[in-house]
Amino acid sequence: MAHGPAKGITRWLYTTNHKDIGTMYLWFSFAMFLLGGVFALVIRAELFEPGLQIVEPEFFNQMTTMHGLVMVFGAVMPAFVGLANWMVPMMIGAPDMALPRMNNWSFWILPFAFAMLASTLFMEGGAPNFGWTFYAPLSTTYAPPSVTFFIFAVHIMGASSIMGAINIIATILNMRAPGMTMMKMPLFVWTWLITAYLLIAVMPVLAGVVTMMLMDIHFGTSFFDAAGGGDPVLFQHVFWFFGHPEVYIMILPAFGVVSQIIPTFARKPLFGYASMVYATSSIAFLSFIVWAHHMFTVGMPVAGELFFMYATMLIAVPTGVKVFNWVTTMFKGSMTFETPMLFSIAFVILFTIGGFSGLMLAIAPADFQYHDTYFVVAHFHYVLVPGAIFSITAAVYYWLPKWCGNMYNEVMGKTHFWMAFIGLNLTFFPMHFVGLAGMPRRIPDYALQFADFNMYASVGAFLFGAAQILFLFNVIATIRGGRKATDEVWENPEGLEWTVPSPAPYHTFSTPPDVK
Amino acid sequence: MSSEGTYYVPEQSKLPIFASLGLFLTVFGAANWLNGDDTGPTILFCGGLVFAFVLWQWFSAVISENIRGMNSAQLKKSYVWGMGWFIFSEVMFFAAFFGALFYVRAFALPWLSGEGAGAATNEILWNGFEASWPLMTTPDMAVNGDAAKVTGPEQSMSYGHVDSLWTWLPFWNTVILMTSSVTVHLAHNGLKDDNRKAFNFWLGLTVALGIIFLVLQVEEYIQAYTKMGLTLDTGIYGTTFFMLTGFHGAHVTLGTFMLLVMFLRSVRKGHFKHDDCFGFEAASWYWHFVDVVWVGLFIFVYILG
Repeated sequence: MAHGPAKGITRWLYTTNHKDIGTMYLWFSFAMFLLGGVFALVIRAELFEPGLQIVEPEFFNQMTTMHGLVMVFGAVMPAFVGLANWMVPMMIGAPDMALPRMNNWSFWILPFAFAMLASTLFMEGGAPNFGWTFYAPLSTTYAPPSVTFFIFAVHIMGASSIMGAINIIATILNMRAPGMTMMKMPLFVWTWLITAYLLIAVMPVLAGVVTMMLMDIHFGTSFFDAAGGGDPVLFQHVFWFFGHPEVYIMILPAFGVVSQIIPTFARKPLFGYASMVYATSSIAFLSFIVWAHHMFTVGMPVAGELFFMYATMLIAVPTGVKVFNWVTTMFKGSMTFETPMLFSIAFVILFTIGGFSGLMLAIAPADFQYHDTYFVVAHFHYVLVPGAIFSITAAVYYWLPKWCGNMYNEVMGKTHFWMAFIGLNLTFFPMHFVGLAGMPRRIPDYALQFADFNMYASVGAFLFGAAQILFLFNVIATIRGGRKATDEVWENPEGLEWTVPSPAPYHTFSTPPDVK
Repeated sequence: MSSEGTYYVPEQSKLPIFASLGLFLTVFGAANWLNGDDTGPTILFCGGLVFAFVLWQWFSAVISENIRGMNSAQLKKSYVWGMGWFIFSEVMFFAAFFGALFYVRAFALPWLSGEGAGAATNEILWNGFEASWPLMTTPDMAVNGDAAKVTGPEQSMSYGHVDSLWTWLPFWNTVILMTSSVTVHLAHNGLKDDNRKAFNFWLGLTVALGIIFLVLQVEEYIQAYTKMGLTLDTGIYGTTFFMLTGFHGAHVTLGTFMLLVMFLRSVRKGHFKHDDCFGFEAASWYWHFVDVVWVGLFIFVYILG
């Protein structure tokens, strides 16, 4: 493989190179992150003060829906697939992904899918307005016509996810360098192996549930229609059978990233490697048997409430093992606090807060009070923003010097971190309080007593948004120039990716390395 | 060959981007069509054409790479993993629909008729509704009588309403599909013994059985629509019946097509050797998979239906 990348735009359109495809995934994800961020800022601007100021309630509903859909399927998932594309082959000593052409197909479906989804904003009747969980009958009987386009967009992005996941599994199981046994794999690879399994297991279920919607809307079936003997609650069961593993799809790779970064900057090997692997597998298993904890108020039999409550609480055990291991890795380490480490430490602390509020929500009788309030919004944003988003950001700072050969600007990186850290806490912490006090989610107006906290939250959201512009600037500046990075980049980091030059050559490990 | 290493990493390829375009046009056209836009069918047709053409090119490329000896044993293993996990994803797709069937029968209908916590639901919303399966009287009919919008079927496909097993079409369909699983296995055996004649014979027979199954399935649907008052919109029974058997039928169609392609490749091009027949093996795994799904259907939709 003597040659480098092709010239011009066709390099990107026709590529089969895992690094090119990883780069495209990451840029696509960032674009969607900004788009979803703009939707979020519309929401926060409207909620800055009580009363209706900026948007119509109908449009507000479209914003909450599109924000959720774009962030989950457009920003977080593609970002992790991008990281997997870049890093998994380099971490296991493989020349590329197992199925390089299918890899590019997985990517190129996404811009089409999201163009179609975003175009619904301009359609008659507006974009989907039923929330990202698209509960029937809101999404069937009472949906705008654009729901058909939403359904097909979900279908093809699901196809993209399944193909991407198959590729990652085949790569990890089949392409490891000699000597790279399963229990020597970096944790990022392990967590992605398990994530890919979850994806293949639940994306088809999502395809199934949107197909049922499509049939109910256009072909007169009765899946979610009690008049014909169906049940709207059936929608929720099928959706959350997909939806709960889906939230772990968005967090397991984050666990992997943080497990790579913390040892590097604590200058100690990861504490409890094997227990990390087993904990990740346990979390993945449990994710399949807890889905109805999203539906405690739907009218389930008590036996169901109890089962799903206790199963959900069990998840705290393996998750606790992981947090314990990260903290113990840092214990008595020679710590330094470069930008990736700052984001990782914030991950451990703030994700744990999100985990604790999750435990509160797991208690079925208490959930009757919390359900559909801003407490839920606070909870899942604490696991997704300092969880998924912070880990992706940490990963970009950590590996960017390896990708482009230049060091990023540390001062700017730390400024980004503190702006984002303060911004997100200011945005989401008050939501716990207004939620407990009874403020419902997905409502464009609210009672006066929630005004102060909502104003703080809106200020925080705009600060968080501004921080991302700084991030974008820092990344572009690093790609264009800056201090040259060494091959190791950091001080004695673990892993095969640090044994190749910086920037990583177009093709790495054409002949597999020997792993001792 | 672009790779100096052992693993074949293909050169740049136009296939993925055009496959994405084809897929996008297909679903975009379908959505427009369903929403009543006149351009829909045209876009759908063009998209489908692009998609089919690209897939044809794609499979040809992969086959010719293999014939030219570019595929290492390791790459072939990647294809095996790929097909295996694809079939698993299909299993989960069917699981969603079987799950819906079980949920409706075990929970939704009893609750609608007042069991458990459903007393108020029944009393206030669906008074007079009684759960049964196959569901012939929908909750809508129980409440609104002749004014009901969602009416149940006149007859069901369940075994309980059949006079004789020997004239029961689903039974013969089961026999046909089970036999076809055996014949495709015999074809594989023939190939392993380098017996081209046996391979072609058994594979051809499998394709024929697949087609017969589909013809009978169409006949069953015609009966349902014309004689039994059983249609897609006859409440939850019609819904689950047609969605489960329909998606299965679609998968049999795809499986038959795959096996037919393998048959033609063998007959016309002499493809496949006893130690190099992944394309055929993948199609045969898929065939066994649709067979297993049918067994599930036969038990839960027809016998216990």
